Amino acid sequence: MRLSIFWLLGAALLLSTLLSLALGAVGVTLPDIWQALTEGGDHDFIINQYRLPRALLAILVGAGLGLSGTLVQGVIRNPLASPDLMGISAGAGLAATAVILFFPAAGHWLPLAAVAGGMAAALLIYLLARQYQPAPARLALTGIAVSAFLTSLIDFLLIVHPVELNSALVWLTGSLWGRSWEQLPLLGIGLALLLPLAMRLAWRLDICALGDQSAVALGAGPKSLQIQALLLAVVLASLSVCVAGTIGFVGLLAPHFARLLCGGQHRLLIPVSALSGALLVSAADLIARTLHPPLELPVGLVTAVIGAPYFIFLLLRYKGW
Amino acid sequence: MLETRSLSAGYGRTPVVKNLNLQLPEGRITALIGPNGCGKSTLLKTLARVLKPLSGEVLMRGAALHRLDDRAIARQLSMLPQTPTQPEGISVRQLVEYGRAPYLSHWGRLKAEDRQRVDLAMRETGVHELAERPLSDLSGGQRQRVWIAMILAQDTDLVLLDEPTTYLDLAHQIELLQLLQQLNRNGKTIVVVLHDLNQACRYCDHLVVLREGQLVTQGSPDEVFDAELLATTFSLSAQVIRDPVAGTPMCIPL
Repeated sequence: MRLSIFWLLGAALLLSTLLSLALGAVGVTLPDIWQALTEGGDHDFIINQYRLPRALLAILVGAGLGLSGTLVQGVIRNPLASPDLMGISAGAGLAATAVILFFPAAGHWLPLAAVAGGMAAALLIYLLARQYQPAPARLALTGIAVSAFLTSLIDFLLIVHPVELNSALVWLTGSLWGRSWEQLPLLGIGLALLLPLAMRLAWRLDICALGDQSAVALGAGPKSLQIQALLLAVVLASLSVCVAGTIGFVGLLAPHFARLLCGGQHRLLIPVSALSGALLVSAADLIARTLHPPLELPVGLVTAVIGAPYFIFLLLRYKGW
Repeated sequence: MLETRSLSAGYGRTPVVKNLNLQLPEGRITALIGPNGCGKSTLLKTLARVLKPLSGEVLMRGAALHRLDDRAIARQLSMLPQTPTQPEGISVRQLVEYGRAPYLSHWGRLKAEDRQRVDLAMRETGVHELAERPLSDLSGGQRQRVWIAMILAQDTDLVLLDEPTTYLDLAHQIELLQLLQQLNRNGKTIVVVLHDLNQACRYCDHLVVLREGQLVTQGSPDEVFDAELLATTFSLSAQVIRDPVAGTPMCIPL
């Protein structure tokens, strides 16, 4: 049962990746893909320099966002919480936009700036919501408010700097357009380091789900866990944002999808939500690229089309206010 | 076993419990009773260190609670909150396994001994047959027994419960109180907040009566439970008679 979930998601992910390599403005057959991967040939550039890095990035970005969402939902104990709705993505986005607009030469500082921005936004939300400790709904509402504020700051920056508007705007709606091998190591290494750390928090996240009182009584007080998990979530989301912009709703959808598949225990939930996020972004980017080639939609648009209605559905169903 | 010294506790800076000196007897069932807002739940939460004392201290076997390691305490003292948050998407067995948290290593692996304890706890509470069912499928009475099983898996000498009968119908209330008596006979010291005074008299050995955050009196039901106490503490005029079945004191409001 448990293993079959991984096989299923793995197979779906492989299929989505293969389709991403095959489809687009130029169709490439499977044998040609194989040839390009192994020995180069006619499609060397389009596969190895264009579609493959992009497909892999989609997987890593999605995994990072899914994982981040699970960690945030785990400690906030709120099904509505996710890095983008909590202002973390907007904070990272604002910092990154500022770097792009004001220091276009300092591109290599982008990840650091994004993580700092995400961290600052998370800290701001934490400080604002601190006095209402046990109320997850308030924390989520504060997050949404801060998120809206930061997004409006981003809009302001873009309007004041119309020349650079185009590249920044594409990036902000969340896009994998024009990404290459360059961005892969950052995310790959980040994920490889942070996933085991997240797994180490798994059982304490389970205990945290019992509420503060039970967690304290079980000797696993939620304070340090909250800080560790949120830090991990912020870094994961910010790294994703600085590679692909704010791809909305993935951090919300992936954990829910994972919970549907494997239940509420984080030992499974963490890896399954990473896989779900990867599948979601991979499939969404495939749709975004192939809907109307050669025109490419930003992948964030596709995830928002799926995610926004689901968010409203959750809002209608959620009774924890 | 559990003791408070000039303990004041509450939410924020306003003390709900004021300057309380208490000694809870070992190997007994102690009921914390008192009118609404008297601080019985606050006291229980402070004993379980969910709330920090504003002043004074709680001692467990003579050692100040706030100086001890969290996990070490959790191996000796467990607590069932009034409304524990029910996690989604887990089975009965999985919830009971969480009771082993204070014994787990960093990665949270259960060892053979942990699994034995979990099985034992589920048998003792009669939820063994429900083990693989989703928690959300159960009725209120069954669910409460599963929570008790989780507390039992924690394997502590001391068990605190905050109004465990509140959301149960009468038959399940009695079933739960009898379960507490059985656990007590197996050696556990139990401290429970109860609303129903007659149940407290019948099922508990020791009553701690609070009013406005202060101790009114404590002792066995026979010693402390009378019409005068009801009048002064609960503002209730009542007659106290003997429970015809158990022979314990019982109040009939006038």
